[in-house]
Amino acid sequence: MSNKLITLENISKSYDNHLVLDEMNLYIRENEFVTLLGPSGCGKTTTLRILGGFETPDTGRVIFDGKDITKLPAYKRQLNTVFQKYALFTHMNIAENIAFGLKIKNKSKAYIDDKIKYALKLVNLEGYENRMPDSLSGGQQQRIAIARAIVNEPKVLLLDEPLGALDLKLRQDMQYELIRLKNELGITFIYVTHDQEEALTMSDTIVVMNQGYIQQIGTPEMIYNEPENAFVADFIGDSNIIDSIMIRDELVEILGVKFACVDKGFGENVHVDVVIRPEDVELVKPEDGTITGEVTHIIFKGVHYEMEVMANGYEWLVHSTKMYPVGEKVGIKVDPFNIQIMNKPESEDEEAVQVEE
Amino acid sequence: MKNKFVKWLSLPYAVWSIAFIIIPLLMVFYFGFTDKTGKPTLANIMSISLPVHFKSLLIALLLSLISTIICLLLSYPLAMILSSMNKDNNKLMILIFVLPMWMNFLLRTLAWQTLLENEGVINTILRSLHLPALKIINTPYAIVFGMIYNFLPFMVLPIYNVLCKIDKNLLNAARDLGANEVQTFFKVTLPLSVPGIISGITMVFVPALTTFVISDLLGGSKILLIGNVIEQEFTLNSNWNLGSGLSIVLMLFIVISMIITAVFDKDGEGSAL
Repeated sequence: MSNKLITLENISKSYDNHLVLDEMNLYIRENEFVTLLGPSGCGKTTTLRILGGFETPDTGRVIFDGKDITKLPAYKRQLNTVFQKYALFTHMNIAENIAFGLKIKNKSKAYIDDKIKYALKLVNLEGYENRMPDSLSGGQQQRIAIARAIVNEPKVLLLDEPLGALDLKLRQDMQYELIRLKNELGITFIYVTHDQEEALTMSDTIVVMNQGYIQQIGTPEMIYNEPENAFVADFIGDSNIIDSIMIRDELVEILGVKFACVDKGFGENVHVDVVIRPEDVELVKPEDGTITGEVTHIIFKGVHYEMEVMANGYEWLVHSTKMYPVGEKVGIKVDPFNIQIMNKPESEDEEAVQVEE
Repeated sequence: MKNKFVKWLSLPYAVWSIAFIIIPLLMVFYFGFTDKTGKPTLANIMSISLPVHFKSLLIALLLSLISTIICLLLSYPLAMILSSMNKDNNKLMILIFVLPMWMNFLLRTLAWQTLLENEGVINTILRSLHLPALKIINTPYAIVFGMIYNFLPFMVLPIYNVLCKIDKNLLNAARDLGANEVQTFFKVTLPLSVPGIISGITMVFVPALTTFVISDLLGGSKILLIGNVIEQEFTLNSNWNLGSGLSIVLMLFIVISMIITAVFDKDGEGSAL
């Protein structure tokens, strides 16, 4: 991978004595699509605003391209932001909106006209120069907001939940659009969202945040398959998180029943959290299962059935293409490598430990 | 059913506006275009060209224009400060600002008369400090002062309202795109606040142009505005025809000023028309 472009060092920020970011450390590489993912209030937007220059951190430094930009005002930074509600200038037409940054930099008219054409082509809105922002749909306005940002040739594009206001179909289209844009432009995207599916679809790297702490940094596959803790497991997709005991290496006792697993090094007879994804729970005949239980709920979800199976006092969430009616006795089997073992948090602090990549 | 009921709700206002707006307006036009015997004439309208009338119109236009400009210059920074304050503090500030408006307009102006008089409060204080006395009462300055004092809130509030409505993200977006504070102000804040400015200008300029109380009380009888001339025709000379004729001329100027402001206010948000 290429060089580190942005480094956040020990960034803390609080509002009215409420700590939003606590000693955060993070680096972002060139040409990376990084997503800051977390529930509202986790500090992801504050991180973005610190990067954009709209907030100053209480402590710590922001290093951009080798230079400390912590105190540099927003208008001097080489990055541009796409705001949540587009923030298009309603008193200007589309061309004037896109030209805003270039006019400030005193670019020639020919250069600006070229750039407007190029940017509109890039976001598939050619010929919209003279329209007013109000006359465009939400998706179109968002694309103009992106066009307005990228004509300035920023090294980094910051996107603050840019698809939040769009409907589902449009959101999916825009996800592909953003991936295409990122590849065409070859610049770094830093994307903020609370939508885990969006994060998994688009990112090279996901930074999962909660309560001002980074919970886990990794590729979408790593985050999904090997969540570091219960928060990440719970936040990314559906999962069964079960209180268990690690008997010894490669053997874990879940709900009183011993399961083979692949994890090692947790010690013997240690309390752990086990994560099993619902699609990794296999339903078999009662005599073939490691545990037996009874189906209590079933919903048809299109691609699969979502079932709940009551077994040994725990309601297992199961995704399966095969249907078992409510009341049916079933056996549950899980492949050893689909059992993800996580250390239990010892204190609240550790619940939000910082995890270096 | 429901619609009919809603229509009837407008009846009280319809009666009111016919009785107190439409009929009086028609009467003004009737008197303005007839002489005392009821014969149609343009003489009342044309009398604006008499030097004494024309001069009073010019002075009224000049003084209200000056007042409007000063009001705007005072109000805009104030509105910006108010809109950038947090909500708890600015409620108090706005209250302080609007408070004088709750007091009777005539009383406030009379109070200024007492303050500004040659032997008034201000000059008494100045004299006791061995400072030269102000000769401001019964001058155009006193009238402009009175206009500004009375009409300032009408300029502040619409500008404040429109500034509050500007999405802070637009300002962030401008900064993000490289605009410094000054550029952000001239390229984003100011253009977006035009409707409020227009509304404020209309709400200050029109009452200032037509006032006769302020000029009466603070200008003595020396400076006649067009409003004073009209008032005197109705009350002293009982010449309703001439008074109405001059009123029509004044209305014309109000309409012109509103058309000018409407041209600048493309969105029509702040226009009083």
